[in-house]
Amino acid sequence: MSYRLGVDVGGTFTDLLLVDDSNGETYTAKVPSTPEDSSIGVLDGINRICSQSDIDLSKVSQVMHGTTVATNAVLTGKGAKVGLITTKGYRQVLQVARSFCPGGLGGWVSYVKTPLLAPLELTIEADERMGADGQSVSPLDKDLFKKDLELLNSKNKIEALTICFINSYVNGQHEIEAKEIAKKVLGDIPISISSEVVPEMQEYERAETTVVNSYVRPQVSKYVTNLQNSLQDKMSDDVNLAILRSDGGLASGRAAAESPVNLLLSGPAGGVAGAMYFCKRSGFENILTFDMGGTSTDVALIQDGEARVRRETRVGDVTVRAPSVDVRTVGAGGGSIAFVPELTKALRVGPESAGAEPGPAAYKKGGDKATVCDANVVLGYLPSDVKLGGDMIIDRESSVKVVQELADAMGIDLMAAAEGIIKIVNESMLGALRLVSVEQGYDPRDFALVGFGGAGPLHANSLGILTGSWPVIIPPGPGVLCAYGDATTKVRDEASQTYVKKVEDIKLEDFITELEALKTRASVSFEKDGIDSTRQVVKYQADIRYTGQAFQLSLGISIDDLKKNSLSILTDEFDRQHEQLFTFAHGKDHEIVMLRAVVEAQNEEMADLDINTSNSSVDDAKIQDSQFYYEGKWHDAALFERNKIGVNSTIPGPSIIQEMDSTTVILPGHSATVDKIGNLLINPNK
Amino acid sequence: MTAKIIETNDTPFNRVDVDTVTVDIIENALKNVREEMDAVLFRTAMSPGIREQGDCFPMVANREGKMVVGQFGSFIHGFLAAYDDEIEEGDIILTNDPYMCNAAVSHLPDWIVLVPVFKDGRHLAWTAMFGHMSDNGGMVPGSIPIKAETIFQEGIRIPPTKLYKKGKIQQDILELILHNVRTSEWNRFDLNALVASCRTASKRCVEIAERFGDEIFDSTMQIMLERNLQAMTAIINMIVPEEPAYFEDYVCDDGVGKGPYKIACKMWREGTPDKPLAIFDFEGTDPQAESSINFYMNEEMFKMFFGSFTINLVDPQILFNDGFYDLVDVRIPQGSLLKPNFPAALSGRTHALGRIFDVMGGVLGQGAPDAMNAAGFSDSPHLFFSGYDKKGEWFQLFQIGFGGIPGRPIGDGPDGHSLWPGFTNVPNEFIEAYFPLRIVKYEPITDSGGAGLHRGGNGLSVAYEFLVDGQVALHDDRWLTYPWGVNGGEPGMRSTKKLVRFDGSEEWLPAKCEGVDVKEGDVLYFNTWGGGGWGDPFSRDPSLVEYDCLRGLVSSEGAKRYGVVLENGKVNEEETKNLRDKLKNERGDIDLFNFGGTIDEIKSSAREETHLEPPVSP
Repeated sequence: MSYRLGVDVGGTFTDLLLVDDSNGETYTAKVPSTPEDSSIGVLDGINRICSQSDIDLSKVSQVMHGTTVATNAVLTGKGAKVGLITTKGYRQVLQVARSFCPGGLGGWVSYVKTPLLAPLELTIEADERMGADGQSVSPLDKDLFKKDLELLNSKNKIEALTICFINSYVNGQHEIEAKEIAKKVLGDIPISISSEVVPEMQEYERAETTVVNSYVRPQVSKYVTNLQNSLQDKMSDDVNLAILRSDGGLASGRAAAESPVNLLLSGPAGGVAGAMYFCKRSGFENILTFDMGGTSTDVALIQDGEARVRRETRVGDVTVRAPSVDVRTVGAGGGSIAFVPELTKALRVGPESAGAEPGPAAYKKGGDKATVCDANVVLGYLPSDVKLGGDMIIDRESSVKVVQELADAMGIDLMAAAEGIIKIVNESMLGALRLVSVEQGYDPRDFALVGFGGAGPLHANSLGILTGSWPVIIPPGPGVLCAYGDATTKVRDEASQTYVKKVEDIKLEDFITELEALKTRASVSFEKDGIDSTRQVVKYQADIRYTGQAFQLSLGISIDDLKKNSLSILTDEFDRQHEQLFTFAHGKDHEIVMLRAVVEAQNEEMADLDINTSNSSVDDAKIQDSQFYYEGKWHDAALFERNKIGVNSTIPGPSIIQEMDSTTVILPGHSATVDKIGNLLINPNK
Repeated sequence: MTAKIIETNDTPFNRVDVDTVTVDIIENALKNVREEMDAVLFRTAMSPGIREQGDCFPMVANREGKMVVGQFGSFIHGFLAAYDDEIEEGDIILTNDPYMCNAAVSHLPDWIVLVPVFKDGRHLAWTAMFGHMSDNGGMVPGSIPIKAETIFQEGIRIPPTKLYKKGKIQQDILELILHNVRTSEWNRFDLNALVASCRTASKRCVEIAERFGDEIFDSTMQIMLERNLQAMTAIINMIVPEEPAYFEDYVCDDGVGKGPYKIACKMWREGTPDKPLAIFDFEGTDPQAESSINFYMNEEMFKMFFGSFTINLVDPQILFNDGFYDLVDVRIPQGSLLKPNFPAALSGRTHALGRIFDVMGGVLGQGAPDAMNAAGFSDSPHLFFSGYDKKGEWFQLFQIGFGGIPGRPIGDGPDGHSLWPGFTNVPNEFIEAYFPLRIVKYEPITDSGGAGLHRGGNGLSVAYEFLVDGQVALHDDRWLTYPWGVNGGEPGMRSTKKLVRFDGSEEWLPAKCEGVDVKEGDVLYFNTWGGGGWGDPFSRDPSLVEYDCLRGLVSSEGAKRYGVVLENGKVNEEETKNLRDKLKNERGDIDLFNFGGTIDEIKSSAREETHLEPPVSP
């Protein structure tokens, strides 16, 4: 008998989910996060969950973990001291950053550049040059490089080194040579070279990505090693630690520590994975996920049970070339602050947030600005007179006071202002949902909408109305969904290579050879972690576009299909999708820009997770009567406790369903049913 | 208006009341529409100019053609006034001729697509977008001939033409146009992308109207215009003085021996606080040039520049639009550099267009010097390289240059950046993969930013090594006049172009020249200029100067411009104090602007300092 443990470390709480592999029974726990060293919180949580469930720690065989260690290092600017080696003439590649000033006309007036992750004083040039065709133009001047590096090292204590040479995506030989020298000069510090981390065209993006890898590497490596050691101490030497990657796959602790740039969106990927897990089991393969937290909302589109993956990851001001679940973020959450600019008298919400401190006015922790949460309190969606689960006090009077100030500034009444705030924040979340659906050629009405995160279930019904995505699904434990995601995903790795060839110039057998070589590369980490080839499932992808175009699609291919139909299976599919997206197709001049092999480990079959569901009647679940305000008037709304609602019961709206870490609003004209998995399905009344 | 819009449903639009929250929501939705227009274009366009550099501008306008969302202001009324035909549902109009659309676009390579949006037979709105095409035919590759004397030498002129008629493409016309350009496939694709982008926006407008109601949609656009009017009324009262302010700046030369060309602007306020009128009078601007550097400036576009620079102060989230145009009067003398007589050549207008921003900064800033920026990278310098590669195939490369953002109230100017919204460089690895050249250096120029309390950004040195024989054309400015400093800040370093031949011989090239033969192995150093400095350099924290020096952004010698003495890279405090005292004494009082000398002084030292003959006054 063995157990697997999902652990999600968030900004405020660490969520844990323990699963009995034999029967799918689950146990959850929530403990405060410990930002100074998050492994402490993780171990606290493990102790808590095992003592509560009376399970022997040594029986836990797998720990699957979503972490924000890498993300936080970037966001707080507290990563390693990174040295950077560039090709001669390119020392300021990060300083110039493709010359981009954000903002509209005049945006430069207020643009403040954030400090470089590899500062200029730690950047030196190497005398070498590779041509765009992969031929060496001039070799690496090894003696000079060694001397310069020694000088740099004597003046500064570098904690991680990055090497990024021009055109190394075609031929990384010079980088490899430089790495060998650097190892001798610098000794035992991590060295990342761009031709290994991300062999893709575009010098700035490749340099930035490799630098970010270096920047977070020492911290991530230390964290993973410490955690692995503590787990082994407490559990057994065989316990297996895996970390969730931004693209929704798992990496072994070892692989994660080597390429931490792949972990930047580990957190949101866990939420998406958790949503997919519950929805798939209820038979929903096409879903829009909607994860609304305190300061921001993440949305993603899942088609046929697969999350879209994009080739870029964005954290704060930093954008890197690493695959991630295509999660779009808007700066709108429960803590977003509403305000009214004096001259235009418009109502604006966000992107500034009250955060956890001082938080919304309702929490009485010093917040004195109206937030989305306060509007929810004023409208009665977040009942102030009931205490359930958490220890949070909600004070409606404080919320009324701050929302009233806005109402006065606009010259409208309190309730209209509160509804206004909600409508505007819903509209900006709708914008994000449109971005992943309508703007990618998908009709949101063909998808179900899954609301989770602290505030998602409050707004989900309204967003369902705006998008026409039914049912609206609130999965079990919407506040700890990430931990479910962590516990239910697969080990994955990938290898990619810039290719850039016109389709008409490609020989099919060369193409296939190239794909197979990538498979070998992608499997390396599996071999190192002892996952043999019989348990590996490989998928191939080609990125294709019209020559010179920026837009490209990653299309899946199988070698059998290629042998049967040649490359036209790619070009035909590309034309079809291009037409669907942009109303026109070109029909010629196709170019393959990138090849990729993605390898996943097949999991051993896992019993379905068992969600506690009672068979009690709807009346048993009712806590009390309440009221909320919607579309200009007050409605009587009953308050229910989610855990007590039985399978197949239907809760008619208007009503409010509460659980430990979340509140779901059912609007008038809608009702919610609990399905056998434990999902709440909200639909408009027929 | 001579154009006639045919509606099959003549129900009039009534103005209805819209609650403020609904207005805010529709405003949000329209903001998303604009962003989607950009996204569609960037992803589907093919030329590096649009795709990587973002040289394009989207717009949504109301029924009357007033821009409600966008950047460069509406050109639709200008077009409507000039277009003498019927417009029906399904029509899509294409034009590139500044003289046929009141300078809605200012040179022929910018192609505009204009789409009337209909819903249930009623005309609901306009969507439009223009983008810079890689080539427009004419005398030179890239179609920006410096030496053109009339617009007829600048390639194909497309009068407002229906590219689609009632939804059906006019293939013959399209082929005729594309037959006249050197990069027909790129243009075909980019044009498709412009159309796809406008169509998407049109669809979104109809969806919003469906969701909220046609009347509400139409009235909301009106209300959004009124919001801008209201905000700009307050802003104009606040920042435009009744007492006239005057400023002049220059385009260095016209590429055929004359210069510098003066752009003069006087600004003052009339009217009442309820209905103020800001007047910008360009009287005193030099006459039009005989070459292509003329900038036919649309008055409304200038209003837009003015508004978008100032409105950020009060509500950065507002969707900036045309609503305040009645509050601004722009007067441009006919026959001047900014309003040349037909058929003057216009293609090289980018220098004067850029310089307008420095002029506006200078004239507006006098009332509030603390909020003023120094002179910055007010141009979009560019390079063309064309010829046949080793396989005998024709190529032409268009490269935009970037430089020093000026010192600003908020801080130092970034090095080697762009002033233009959304512009980025084309990755060098992309260029090397697709064109026969190698970029051997891509680096900001040490000490090129003007010294100041806030340093001007450094200009950029890009060294192109040509791998085949071919021809280059250069388009740059500020080689003669300086990017000025303000509030005690010094001017930035000027631009230079040096060609180092394979045999080691060197020549300085003029800022504007074309048809220059280059051989395999030659290296061109395209050095742009630095931003002006902001504030007193002697008040800059010496440790910041030390850090700039450590990073190679300022040299040890250059640190002395700040009165800072560095010894082995560290500040020598005593010597710094002495030097600062001495330099302060020598300098005396601080002038608001530092132009680096009078035009006469600059001209007389030109030969020695720039290696180029000074131009003759126009």
